[in-house]
Formats: sequence, C-alpha cells, structure tokens
Amino acid sequence: MEGLLKPGIYFWQGNEACAYGAIAVGCRFFAGYPITPSSEIAEHLARLLPLVNGVFIQMEDELASLNAVIGASWAGAKAMTATSGPGFSLMQESIGYAFMTETPCVIANVQRAGPSTGQATKGAQGDVMQARWGTHGDYNAIVLSPNSVQEMFELTIRAFNLAEKYRTPVILLADEVVAHMREKISVPPINEVQVVNRKEPKKGDRAFFALEEVAPMPAVGEGFNVSVTGSTHDEYGVRFTANPEVHRRLIGNLMNKIESHKHEIVELETHNIDGCSTVIVCYGCTARTAYEAVEEAEKRGVKVGYVRLKTLWPFPTETIGELAQQAEKIVVPEMNLRQIFYEVQRAACGKAEVVALNKVGGGEMITPEEILRGVVP
Amino acid sequence: MSPRFIIRNYLRGLKFPFCPGCGNFTVVNSFLRAVYELGHYDLQGFVFCSGIGCAAWIPSPYFLADSIHTPHGRSIPVAIGVKLFRPELRVVVFGGDGDLAGIGLNHLLHAARRNVDINVIMVNNMVYGMTGGQVAPTTPFGTVTTTTPYRSFERPLDVTRLVATAGANYAAKWTTAHPKQFKESIKRALQTRGFSFVEIVSQCPTAFGRRAGFKTVAEMLQWFKQNAIPKEKAEKMSLEELEGKIIVGEFVFRTAPTLGDNLRQMLMEARKTCG
Repeated sequence: MEGLLKPGIYFWQGNEACAYGAIAVGCRFFAGYPITPSSEIAEHLARLLPLVNGVFIQMEDELASLNAVIGASWAGAKAMTATSGPGFSLMQESIGYAFMTETPCVIANVQRAGPSTGQATKGAQGDVMQARWGTHGDYNAIVLSPNSVQEMFELTIRAFNLAEKYRTPVILLADEVVAHMREKISVPPINEVQVVNRKEPKKGDRAFFALEEVAPMPAVGEGFNVSVTGSTHDEYGVRFTANPEVHRRLIGNLMNKIESHKHEIVELETHNIDGCSTVIVCYGCTARTAYEAVEEAEKRGVKVGYVRLKTLWPFPTETIGELAQQAEKIVVPEMNLRQIFYEVQRAACGKAEVVALNKVGGGEMITPEEILRGVVP
Repeated sequence: MSPRFIIRNYLRGLKFPFCPGCGNFTVVNSFLRAVYELGHYDLQGFVFCSGIGCAAWIPSPYFLADSIHTPHGRSIPVAIGVKLFRPELRVVVFGGDGDLAGIGLNHLLHAARRNVDINVIMVNNMVYGMTGGQVAPTTPFGTVTTTTPYRSFERPLDVTRLVATAGANYAAKWTTAHPKQFKESIKRALQTRGFSFVEIVSQCPTAFGRRAGFKTVAEMLQWFKQNAIPKEKAEKMSLEELEGKIIVGEFVFRTAPTLGDNLRQMLMEARKTCG
C-alpha cells in the first residue's frame, strides 16, 4: 500500500482525496452506483481497491449498493459507498437498517441541487436535514462536513474511525464544490494515519447488540452464529416485537451511544470568536467564502467571529448556545433555503439575532461580498 | 458411519412462527435434509440472508448459523457483499415471491446475470402472505385476494424461467407436492458453483388458500399435483395448453465461470500490470 500512497504534497480533486483517504484507513470494499457529482470516488476506488486486495463492485442501483456494503461489513470489511441526492434518498431505508443493526459503514453523499433530478452537476447543501432525519423512526446520525480537498481525505478517515468505534453508519456530507475542486493536499506517512477498528468479540460471547456501551461485533463465518435483524431485537439479535421495554432499551441504547459521546464526536473550527458581536456559523464549501469575508472584514477594521461545523450532526447545541450569550448577531450562510439555520436559532434560545443568508440554484456559491453585506454594518 | 439426521443440530430451538399447514415446514425439512445428505452435520460455514416475508423467517433466527435478516427485497445484495468479501463461505438466500420477484426482482436478475456463487431458494406462495394476502407478481390470473376482491387481472411471472435466461448456472422449480425432487434440487444447487436458484410453489392456507377456494391444505397439494407439468412434456405443449399450469423440473444446469472466478482472474491480471 505504501507504493499507492506516498507521503507528500499533491494536487488532487476532492473525490480523489476521499478515495485515497478510504484506502489509507483500511476500506477494502466499495459498492456503488454511478451518479454525478460523486462518480470519481467510485472510479478511483475501482482502480485502487484491486491493488490492495479489496473488492470493488458496481451494483444495479443504490439500494443494492448500500446493502452490499452492509453485507461486506458483516463479513468483516471496512466498507463504503458514494452517492448524491437521488441515490441518497434511495438509500434511506438501509441507512436505518445499518443504524438498527449497528453495522459500521460510510456513505459519502456529494450534494447537488435538488429536489429530484434537480441540477445534477451543480453544487448545493440541501441534504443537511435529510442526512439527520432521512430514515424512518428514531435514530441518531453522525454527519461530517468537509470544506477542502484536505478534509475530503481527513474526514473520510475520521468517518471510518467513528463508524467502527460506534458501530453505526457515518455520512460524509460533501458538496459538489468541495468534491470537484482541485487544490493542494498534504498526505501524511501511512503509519501516522489514525486507524480505529471495531471491537471484536471474545470466544463464547453471545451479546452483540444494544448494550449500554458499544457491543463487540463478530463477522459472519467465525462460529458466533450471529443473528442480525432490522426488527426490534434483544442483545442476542433475536426479534422481540411484542415487548415495549425491549424496543425502548434497544432504541435508547442506540441513541445514547452517540449522544453520550457527543463531546468526542463533535468538531468545530473557530476563529476570532471571543468578544465578537457578529459571528458567522458555516460549513462545507460555504465556509470557504465565509472565511474570506471574515478576513476582508478584519481588513476593514471589523472583527467578525467564525465558527465552522466539521460535524453537522450531532449538532453542537451547547457551543452555539454559549456563543449566543456573547454575540448579538449570528449569520448562517447556506446553499439551501434554511436548514442548519433553524438548528442555530433553536440553540441560540433568542439570546442573539440569527440571520439566514441563503442561495440555491446553478451551483452559485454565496460570495464573500454577499456575506460581508450581512455582517458589516 | 455417518451420524443420524438430528434436526435439532441445525436449529436454535426457537419455535417457528408459521401457521399450521404452511409449506415452509416442508422447505425447512427438505433443506436441512439436503444439507445433511451432503455431509454437513451442522451449519458452520453457512451464512443465511433473507428479506421480509414469511419465507424469510425460515433461516432467521431459527437456524443455528449466522443469519442476516435484511430490509425487504435486499437479501441478495447483502449476500453478494458477504460472498465477495468472504468467498470461502457458503451463502444461502431464502425468500418469498414478493421479496425476491416483486420488490427485489432487479437484484435477482442481476445476481443471475453475474452468476455470483450464492444459492437462492424462493418459496412461492403466490401471495403476500405475511401482510394478509394481497396479490403478488406470481398470483395466478383470476384469483381473489384481499387487493383483488373481484379477481386478479394481471398475468403471473414464471420466475425460474426468467432466472435461467438471465444467466444462472442452475435453476429448478418444484411444488410442495414434490418434496423429494425439491430436496434433490437443493443438493444440486448447493453443489453448483455459480448462481443457483430453486423455486418451490408452496401452499399458504391462511392468506391464499381460503380466499382462492381451497378448503384444506390437501386440496392445495392436489391442485399442485394436477397442474404440475414436467418441463420436458411442457416443451411439446402449446401456450394455450400451458395456461395456468406449473412447469416443474430443472430449467438449466451449466458450468459457466462464476463472478468470483472472473473477479479473481481480473485481479491477477491487474496486479501483474500495475506491479
């Protein structure tokens, strides 16, 4: 693998960086279906995986893709798929299945303008709420938001590590801009890449589900006779649909294993936030222009705070709440018609004015000037 | 001397959820006997994948083995994921006609096209049984079901014929009135390298039989017997004569390279070229 991934400085496309990040963290199975603007992730992994004894397969649709990933994960693989809005919609049922069965896997969703076919080649940030609430029933989601080619690499690695640690599907919520742009990326030596593996069971273990701490996960074919089901089940994987307590305990533990580790999962990048009366809360490609606006404002003698959400979900409610205590105004630029805005507003509890700054269509980004107009009096 | 067939060795000891007279009992018995006769005295090395519906409950969680009970229609993609990553495991899919030939038909055809080395057993009770007896893609024309209260007005699909055409290495179809032939076909399927498919037309007295006008399970089995036409004989009959008949037998048996064979060959070549 060292030959494939030499440390150094590269000029990569975001999707390419995602593929290499997956290889670096040990992803050895990819199943996917072509869709713009994510297809380059599949194309690069189709080339790379065979060279590291991995499996690449193009499936007949997105339903098959995520389910093949789930099968491979239970066979012991670190596995992922990549898609965009329409395919992400098709995968929702199986994302719920992966959550319910505690199957580690990574789903890269490179967002494009929707709904429906929308603008297939144009960037957007319209899947933020779907990534959190897309499947039916009560569940918790881990959703990461890269803003650079470097982070397409790093957050792909982190997505796998979180998936393995918490035995849950993790969504890398990229966007067309970040996925298709090319820029400088620094690749570390492979032995410096942090790699987390799922907890393996000990001989004689039988409880593989719904424990208070993340349960060990056996692979099939190892003699554990594991029973995996999307129905409500007890810790042995046996279906229990008549007993409300079994359901409450199962869902409670599944929710809590993410909620109680929120402090380890949530990552933010901040700049200038102390004592600022105006703060921008942003994520993904929009954070690039937002940062430029912050720098420009500084040049004009106005200090503007900058908070970038590297994890969209779980949402850092407490941090945003504290921010609202000190700031007068929080500006939320997004390439959608208000999604994380409402979450910020909820967290701010009326302590600060929360202003939405939105733009959709044609993949046009919110410009630094537009953001400046929103933050500089 | 080989040990006696003891069904308990293959089961977790949980009570099966099927109605009295359900054809799934025949399937459980035939499958486990076939496994035993091939010299497997337990189910180690087997992985069972099944979707949603009564037939999906045959292996999961009742068989003492690894089992993955998937979303509706998606057992085959999950099985493919397992098989591609762990080729040494024997991956068997159980499902009903709704699961495999309704919502999951796309995957079934592509699995046959790929000739992926898994075994699929489809229990065709001609109806959506678990949800209360709604019309299925396999319901005979003119049948009364809960969603065709006057009668059904769509033609049924001959799934086995379709799978054979799509590229399976083995495809056979029987009814629960042919348990011996069914068991032999399972053995043949398990010994086949590549995609194998065995369909069994089965009685659902609860959700199909009583609305379709059958008073007893025996009447349904009688109906299967009378309507079953061996494939060889059917080839000499006209389409009109075959209307409403169940064509049984082995539809295809070949030894084409499997998806795994082709994949490994490609990998070897790729590594040679790319060092």
